[in-house]
Order: sequence, then C-alpha cells, then structure tokens
Amino acid sequence: MVQVNTRSDDPRTGHTLTEPAAGQLRDLVAHVHEKRAELREEWVRRITEARLLTVMSEAEILTEATSVYDHYVEALETGAVETLQLYVRDLSERIIPRGVETDEVVGIVLLLTDVITRSLFTKYQDDLLLLRRILDTYEPTANKIAITVAVGFVKERERAIREQQEAIRELSTPVLQVRDRLLILPISGIIDPQRARQLTEQLLRGIRTSRAKVVVIDITGVAAMDSQVANHLVQTVEASRLLGATVIVTGLSPEIAQTLVRIGVDLAKMTTVGDLQGGIEKAERFLGYRVVPFTEPPMEANTR
Amino acid sequence: MEVSILKQGPYLIVTIPAALNDTDLLELRDSLVARVGESRSRAVIIDVSALDVMDSFSSRTLRDIAHIIRLRGAGTVIVGIQPEVAFAMVQLGLTLEGITTALDLEEGLAYLDRDPFEVGKEIRSRGR
Repeated sequence: MVQVNTRSDDPRTGHTLTEPAAGQLRDLVAHVHEKRAELREEWVRRITEARLLTVMSEAEILTEATSVYDHYVEALETGAVETLQLYVRDLSERIIPRGVETDEVVGIVLLLTDVITRSLFTKYQDDLLLLRRILDTYEPTANKIAITVAVGFVKERERAIREQQEAIRELSTPVLQVRDRLLILPISGIIDPQRARQLTEQLLRGIRTSRAKVVVIDITGVAAMDSQVANHLVQTVEASRLLGATVIVTGLSPEIAQTLVRIGVDLAKMTTVGDLQGGIEKAERFLGYRVVPFTEPPMEANTR
Repeated sequence: MEVSILKQGPYLIVTIPAALNDTDLLELRDSLVARVGESRSRAVIIDVSALDVMDSFSSRTLRDIAHIIRLRGAGTVIVGIQPEVAFAMVQLGLTLEGITTALDLEEGLAYLDRDPFEVGKEIRSRGR
C-alpha cells in the first residue's frame, strides 16, 4: 500500500531511494501514522509553549495542525510535494491577512520535524544502526518539506504584496474628464520615477483619447519631490504641449516650488495656479466656458 | 521621395510619410517655403502622425521650417505627434519651442480658423 517514491531522484535533494531505504521509509511512515494523535498533540503543545501563532485560537491551531500533519505525512510517504504546495498556498492565503509572520511558519515546521525526530530516537534507541538509516531517509525529505512550506509561504506573501502594490498604483493614477476637452489628473502620495513615468504615459494617452485641450495636474497631495521627478513633471508639461494640450499645475507646496526653482525650470513653459479650484476656473475660461450661479427663481414660480 | 503639398483654402497641408530621409526632408523644406509665397498661404499644417520616431535632425528641421515660414509672413502648426514620440522628444530636449502644436489635422484647422494670426505667438503671449 505504500507507494514507492517516484520522485526520489529529485535533483534538488539529490537523494535516491534504494530498495532497503524504501523499507525504512515504510517503517517511518507506519510509525508516524500509528502515533498520529500523540505526535500531533505534542506538536500543538510545543507550538503553544513557544508562543507561536498567537493570533490563532487553540482550537484553530489544532485543526490546522491536524491537516498540516496529514499533508506532512503524505509528502513524507510519496516524496511528492505538489499537494503540500497547494495546501500551503491555500493556508498562507488564510493566515497572511491575520498577521502570521514568516519566522512563525518556519518555526512550526521545524518543531514538527523535531517532534518526529525525537519520537524516532525514543523508538529506535536500542538499535542505533537502524536509527541512523531511518534518519538518513527521514532527514532529506523533512528538509525538503520544510523548504517547500517556507518558500510557499514567502511566495504567497510576495504575491499578496505585489497585488496590493499593483492595486495602489492603479487606484492612484486616475485621469478624469470633468468637461468636454478638460482633464484632471490628481496626484497624491509619493512619486517615484517609475510612477512618474506611468502617470505621464496615462496622461498623454488620455489627452489623445479624450481630445483634451487643457489638463489640470493637481499635486496638492504630494508633499515633496526630488529634482528627478520635478524634471519629469516639467517634461510631462512640455510633452502635453506637443500634443496640443495646455497644462495647468495646481497645488504646489512650498517645498516643491523651491525644488522647481532650484532645478531652474523655465517659468514661461508652465502655468501654475494656487489650488485646484483656481486651476479649473482658469481652464474653463481658456476653453470659453462661463460658470454663472443659478439665480433664485421668483416667488410666484415657487408657489405653483 | 516626393511629398505632396495640398492647398486647402488659405492653408497648405503636408503629411510627412514614415519613411522620409534627411535629404527628402530638406527638399520638402525648400518646396514648402517656396509654395507659401506662391500661393499666398496664411499658414502651413505639417502632419507628423505617421512618424514613430523623431530624431534631433527632423525636429530641428521642423523648427527651421516653422521659423522660415514665419519670416515669410505665415504661420505653422505641427499636428499629430504621437504620445510616445512627444515624451521621447521632450527627454531629448526637442521641445519645438515657440511652435504651435495640435492633436491632429482637425484640431490644427480649428485652431487656425479661430486664431489665424496668433500662430506661433502663443508661447510668448502665455509667458507674459
């Protein structure tokens, strides 16, 4: 019933199971199967003792520990880590948002390895030669499992971080049309060269697709920018002009204004207005709009 | 390569093809400058939307054309610069300063119809 390890010649671990080793693997798997309840409880006790997974309740730890244990045994038995990988990805997805750290995950897996090793010592303490052979079989697989779990967790975390970065980037660069031929680009947060480039690309494309004549770039939400990004801003203004659009920059903070003066920007190339409201008003005048307030309708009209 | 210069009312319209070498461009400059006087045009629209790249030579030649035409008493509007080309040009410092640009031919014509005598002056007046 025990499958002979089909992935035993995995180049990463470089260990190949020979026939006698297969027998030891059978013994090993039988042992961890038999002692399942005992070893699992010991493991959970050690986890609590080491104050790992403090964000999870005892019951949760026991549930997760049981399925990790079963996947662990399966991986030990077959030497294949694919199922384990899938399980780790799924588990990480659940526990990462709750704030479980990498060192906790690695610590837990190493604890399980330790728990099993100790039980093997207890079982084979009278036959040191057999113990050594069993450990020879166990060690590489256990290492492989530990690496799989740790790498899976870290990968999942990196993926989550990447997704968030992507989302922030997407969210933070809207090019908005407020009137026919008038675009607004509100920028907030930190602008690094990569984001600056992306903003420019989006803006220039936006100018073409919405046939904009005026663009208001509002940088009220940008606290500071280095001279490289400031230069980029000036270049964006000039590139927009080449597409036939006028750019009005609004909301320059004193620091950014100083940076722009320090890099020696040609003020004739850039139209700046104090705040977004002023910028939109100027743009509207430029486009020939006149915004007039509604006058209160006469009383007679109201009573009808 | 012969580039055709179209006459449209008081304007001349030229579309620069994608494959135009430096010599062709200089020839275009000469014939364009001559045609402006012959047909008593008020302005020239140069459409560069076919160009995926704009090197410093073409950029400088376009600027020269605009300046020469200005001295001949007409204006120039450059239309159809691609977004990628625009940013690449700016990074190389080729900003076509003092020259009117518009999104495309339609915009260029609309601009001229609105403001036929302001062509080329917009930067200076805006800077004041």
